[in-house]
Amino acid sequence: MTAVHERVDTFHDNDQKPVGYGRMLRKEDPRFLRGRGRYVDDVQLPGMLHLAILRSPVAHARIVGIDTSAAEASPGVKAVVTGAMLAQQNLAWMPTLSNDVQAVLATDKVRFQGQEVAFVVAEDRYAARDALELIDVEYDVLDPVIDARRALAPDAPLIRDDLDGKTNNHCFDWETGDEAATEAVFARADVVVSQDLVYPRVHPAPMETCGAVADYDSVDGKLRLWSTTQAPHAHRTLYAIVAGLPEHKIQVISPDIGGGFGNKVPIYPGYVCAIVASIVTGKPVKWMEDRSENLISTGFARDYIMRGEIAATRDGRILGIRTNVLADHGAFNGTAAPVKYPAGFFGVFTGSYDIEAAYCKMTAVYTNKAPGGVAYACSFRITEAVYLVERIVDCLADELGMDPAELRLKNFIQPEQFPYTTKTGWVYDSGNYEPTMRLAMEMAGYDELRREQAEKRARGELMGIGIAFFTEAVGAGPRKDMDILGLGMADGCELRVHPTGKAVVRLSVQSQGQGHETTFAQIVAEEIGIPPADIEVLHGDTDNTPFGLGTYGSRSTPVSGAAAALVARKVRDKARIIASGMLEVSVADLEWEKGAFHVAGDPGRSVTIQDIALRAHGAGDLPEGIEGGLEAQICYNPSNLTYPHGAYICVVDIDPGTAQVTVRRFIAVDDCGTRINPMIIEGQVHGGLTDGVGMALMEMIAFDEDGNCLGASLMDYLIPTSLEVPDWETGFTVTPSPHHPIGAKGVGESATVGSPPAIVNAVIDALKPFGVRHADMPLTPSRVWDAMRGQARPPI
Amino acid sequence: MQVPAPFEYERATSVDHAISLLERLGGTARLIAGGHSLLPMMKLRLANFDYLIDINDLHGELGYVEAGPDEVRIGALTRHRELLESPVLAAAFPIFADAERVIADPVVRNRGTLGGSLCQADPSEDLSAVCTTLDARCVIRGPGGAERVVSMEEFHVGPYETAVADDEILVEIRLPVRPGCGSAYAKVERRAGDWAVVSAGAAVWLDGGAIVDARVGLAAVGPNTTGIPAISAALRGQEPSESLYEQAGAIAADSCDPVTDQRGSADYKRHLAAELTRRTLRRAVERARS
Ligand SMILES: Cc1cc2nc3c(=O)[nH]c(=O)nc-3n(C[C@H](O)[C@H](O)[C@H](O)COP(=O)(O)OP(=O)(O)OC[C@H]3O[C@@H](n4cnc5c(N)ncnc54)[C@H](O)[C@@H]3O)c2cc1C
Repeated sequence: MTAVHERVDTFHDNDQKPVGYGRMLRKEDPRFLRGRGRYVDDVQLPGMLHLAILRSPVAHARIVGIDTSAAEASPGVKAVVTGAMLAQQNLAWMPTLSNDVQAVLATDKVRFQGQEVAFVVAEDRYAARDALELIDVEYDVLDPVIDARRALAPDAPLIRDDLDGKTNNHCFDWETGDEAATEAVFARADVVVSQDLVYPRVHPAPMETCGAVADYDSVDGKLRLWSTTQAPHAHRTLYAIVAGLPEHKIQVISPDIGGGFGNKVPIYPGYVCAIVASIVTGKPVKWMEDRSENLISTGFARDYIMRGEIAATRDGRILGIRTNVLADHGAFNGTAAPVKYPAGFFGVFTGSYDIEAAYCKMTAVYTNKAPGGVAYACSFRITEAVYLVERIVDCLADELGMDPAELRLKNFIQPEQFPYTTKTGWVYDSGNYEPTMRLAMEMAGYDELRREQAEKRARGELMGIGIAFFTEAVGAGPRKDMDILGLGMADGCELRVHPTGKAVVRLSVQSQGQGHETTFAQIVAEEIGIPPADIEVLHGDTDNTPFGLGTYGSRSTPVSGAAAALVARKVRDKARIIASGMLEVSVADLEWEKGAFHVAGDPGRSVTIQDIALRAHGAGDLPEGIEGGLEAQICYNPSNLTYPHGAYICVVDIDPGTAQVTVRRFIAVDDCGTRINPMIIEGQVHGGLTDGVGMALMEMIAFDEDGNCLGASLMDYLIPTSLEVPDWETGFTVTPSPHHPIGAKGVGESATVGSPPAIVNAVIDALKPFGVRHADMPLTPSRVWDAMRGQARPPI
Repeated sequence: MQVPAPFEYERATSVDHAISLLERLGGTARLIAGGHSLLPMMKLRLANFDYLIDINDLHGELGYVEAGPDEVRIGALTRHRELLESPVLAAAFPIFADAERVIADPVVRNRGTLGGSLCQADPSEDLSAVCTTLDARCVIRGPGGAERVVSMEEFHVGPYETAVADDEILVEIRLPVRPGCGSAYAKVERRAGDWAVVSAGAAVWLDGGAIVDARVGLAAVGPNTTGIPAISAALRGQEPSESLYEQAGAIAADSCDPVTDQRGSADYKRHLAAELTRRTLRRAVERARS
C-alpha cells in the first residue's frame, strides 16, 4: 500500500511515453481535438433515407386510431409505419434487458409521454420531421400513475394490461440479508436512527444523443448497423434473437461515441425502427434522436424512495443497517443489469463497515414514466446504496454527537479481514480503508476546517464539511452469477504482433470516452514491452473484435483489462519459446526484462520482442511444435468483482440570504488498485465529481401530475458547468486487487458514486445551526431555503 | 438535431426595408436579431413563422451606445457583449455590466441583442428588468418612418407581448441621465447561464445625503418584469439606511406575484425579491456615493 497525493501539471510528451503504465497523453485525443472523430451522425451512405419518430404527447392513453394518409402524401416521404403494421410482422414488441417486454411502436396504449407511436422515413430529416405533424392520432386519455407511492393503491389505473393476468402495477419484489438477525440487533441497540431519503430520477444526458444507421443489403442478406451502443456484441446477439436474422449476417459498429454513462446500454425502439425501415425500403436509413427525445424517452437512472435505518451502540459501534426501498421502474422494466440482480448491486448498501446484520426489502413498481432504471454511471445501483449508507451514517453521527470522520474510522472493515464477506453476501476482494481516509483528511486539513467552521458559525456564516467513504463493486462479472439475457459476462481479447514488431489488440469492450485506445495499449505494452504508440487498439465493430459484453458498470479494466494482460502474457510465453530457439538455450534459462529476453547471467545475449516477431513470421526454423505467427486470443471470466474504494471530503459555503450553495473545495482520494494511466484516472474522477455536483445540487427529471416531463431540454434539465465546480484536489492510495492479473480495479464510476453523499452531507452540516438533519437532492437554492426554515420536503 | 418547420428567409438591407417587408408579410413574419430566443422556440416548434427577416446586417445602423447630455441612447441591435464592455455604460449605469455578467454565456452574449431581449418580453428577461429600473424609453419605428416613444410599462403589454405592432420595429432605447446616480443588479440562478430564479435591479439618485429618486425592477416574479412605484415613493426624500432597505424589500415581496415552478417555490421567490432588493439598493447607494 502506498499513499500519495500529487499534483501533476505537466505531461510527458510523445517522445517520453512510458512503455507500460504511467502518465501519457491519450492516443485518441488528436482526432477528437481536431474534429476528426467519426460518430454515428457522421455516417453518410449513398441513397440514405432519414427516419423520424412520432411520440406520445400524453403519459397514458388508449390509441383509438391513427391516420397516416396525409403524412404518406407529404413530399419526400417514403414510408409511414405504425405499431399495427409492426404487429403484423410480430415486431411491435421487443424484450428488454430485464426480461420484460417493451413496445417498439405502441399498438394498444401509450404508457409514457414520449413513447414511440409511429415513424416516418423520408428523403431528408426535415421532410421526415415535417411529416410527423401530419400523422393524426386519436387518443383516449387515461389517468396516469405518476407517484410511485400510489402505484399499488387498489384504485390505481392498470398500466401493463398487455401482460397476461396482470391486475396491478407491481413490477417485482426483492430482498437481501437476514431479516430476523437484523431485527435482533436493532432490538438490543442503544441507538437507532431512521431517515427517509429520495434519490430522484436523473438522466445521463450524454452530449451525443442516441441514433443508428441501418444498412440492410437484400442481396447478400447482411445488415450493417452503426449505432450508439456501449455493448455492440450483446446487441448483435439480441438482434439475431429478436429479429430472427442470422447472427453472422449482422455487423454492429459502434464508432466514436459521445458519452454513454449507461444511456447507451439498452436497445431502444429507434434502433429497431431503423432496421425495419432499411429492410422495408431497401435503402440505408439514419435515425438520430434530438435532445428532447433523448431526455424524455431514453434510460433514466435512480428513482429510489428509501427508508434507511441504522443501529449502533452509544459509543458509536454500528451494529446493523436496514432499508426499505420503493423503486420506480417506469412503464417497462428496461433496467440494464445482470438478470439475477433486479436491483443491480444495491446489496452493497452495508458500505465499508464491519457490521453484525443487514436487511433490505425492495418493491418495484410500474409508473407512466420513461423506462430504464440503471444508467448514469451508477455501477448497477451502487450509487443509491452508497448514498443511503453514507447519509444515514452521518445521521447517526449527528444523533451520537460524534465527528463523522471518527465514526467512520471506528467502524471500517479492517485490512486483515479481507477477503470480507458482507452481511448481504458480497465478497470484498481487498481494501485498506483507514490510510485512504487519513490521506483525505490530511489533504483537506480536516481539523483546521472544523476550526474555521466553528469561527464562521459564531459569526452566523454557513460553512459545511461533508465526508463520504465508499466501497464500489465493479467488473461484472463471474459468468456463473452474472449474465445479460443468458449471455455470460466474460470478455474476449485478441492480440496480434505483426512481423515488424508492431501490434494490434482487439477488444470486446467499447469506449465512450474512457480512453481505451491508450489504457489498453499501455496494458499490453507493460506485458510485452512494445511501446504503446506501436499498438493499435481496435474496438466497437463486431466483425473485427472478439465477443464480450461491453463497457458499463466500470467493467472494462476489471474484465477486458485482465483479458488484455493475459492475452499479452500468452503471446509472451510463445515469444519465450521462439527466443529460446534463437538464443539456443532452454526456456528456463531465459530472463524477461520489458521488451527482450536475455540469457540468465549473460545480459549481452538477448533478443527483443521485435526480433522475435520477425522470426515468428520469417522463413527460418522455429522450435519444435511451434506454429508461425505471434498472436493469441483468450476469453477472461473474472473470478470475482473488484472493490475499489475512496474517501471524499467536500467543503461548501451557503449564502444565508439566498440559500445558494457553493462547492468551495472537494478532496477525492481514490483507491482503484494498480494505476495504469494516472492522467486518465484523474480525468474519470473529475468527470464523475462534476456529475455528482449536478445530481446533488441541480439535476432531476421531474413530472407534473399529468405525467408531462418537465426536463425535456437542457434549459429545463440542468447539468453542471465548469463554473459550478471547484478545482478538484485528487489523491490516491493503491490496494491492488488480489485476483485481477494486474491488480487493477475499475474507476469509471467511483466519483459519481462517492460524490453526491459528500456534497449532501456538507450541505446538511452547514445547515446544522437550523437543526436540519436531512434534505433531499437536488439541493437547489429554493429547496435549501425550505430546509433552513424547517420545511425540507422530498422532491417527489 | 431539432429542426424547425419550413420558412422563407430574407436579409433586410435597411430599417426601412425591414419595415416594408413586415408591412407586406404581416403576422406571418418575424424579425430575427440574435436568434437566441426565437430559434430555440422554432426548433421546439413552439413558434412557427412563414418568413424570417434577418436584421443582423443593420448592426451599423442599429448597434451603438451613445452618451448625450440628458440621455444615453442604445441601438436595438447592440449585442449583450457590447453592453457588457461599453465604457459609457460602465460609467453611467454599472447595472448593465452587473446584469450582463450573469446573462446566459459568452456564446449567447456574442449574438443576442438588447432589442431582441426586450421584444421577447419573457418575464425572466434580465435586460427588461434593467431597462425598467432605469426608466427607459423605447423608440418604435413604423411604416413611413413614423416613430413613437413609449415607457417600459407601456412597452410590455403582457408575457411575450409588446407594444410593437406587426409592421413596426424597435430601434432604440433611451436612458435618462440624472446626477447622483448609482445602480446595481443581482440575480439568483440555479446554475451559471440559467434564467433567473429571481433577479432585481436598483437605481438611486442622491443629492447630498438624501435619496432624490429610487427605482427597483424585478424579473421572474410575475407575468412581466415589474417596476415597483411604491418603493420609489417610500424611498424618495429619505436618508439611505438598513431599515430603509428592509422596508423596500418588504414592499418588493408584497408587490410581486411569483409562481412555484422548477426554479423555486413562490415563497422562496418572494423572499428573494426582498433579499435582492435590499442587496441591490445597498450596492446602488454605495456606488452613488463613490
Ligand atoms: C442558453 C441561453 C440562455 C439564456 N439566458 C438568459 C438569461 O439568463 N437572461 C436573459 O435575460 N436572457 C437569456 N437568454 C436570452 C438571450 O438574452 C437572448 O439573446 C435574448 O432574449 C433575445 O435576443 P436576440 O437578439 O437573440 O432576439 P431574437 O431571438 O432574435 O428575437 C427575439 C424576439 O424579438 C423580436 N425582435 C428582435 N429584435 C427586434 C427589434 N429590433 N424590433 C422588434 N422585434 C424584435 C424577434 O422577432 C423575436 O420575436 C438566454 C438565451 C439562451 C439561448
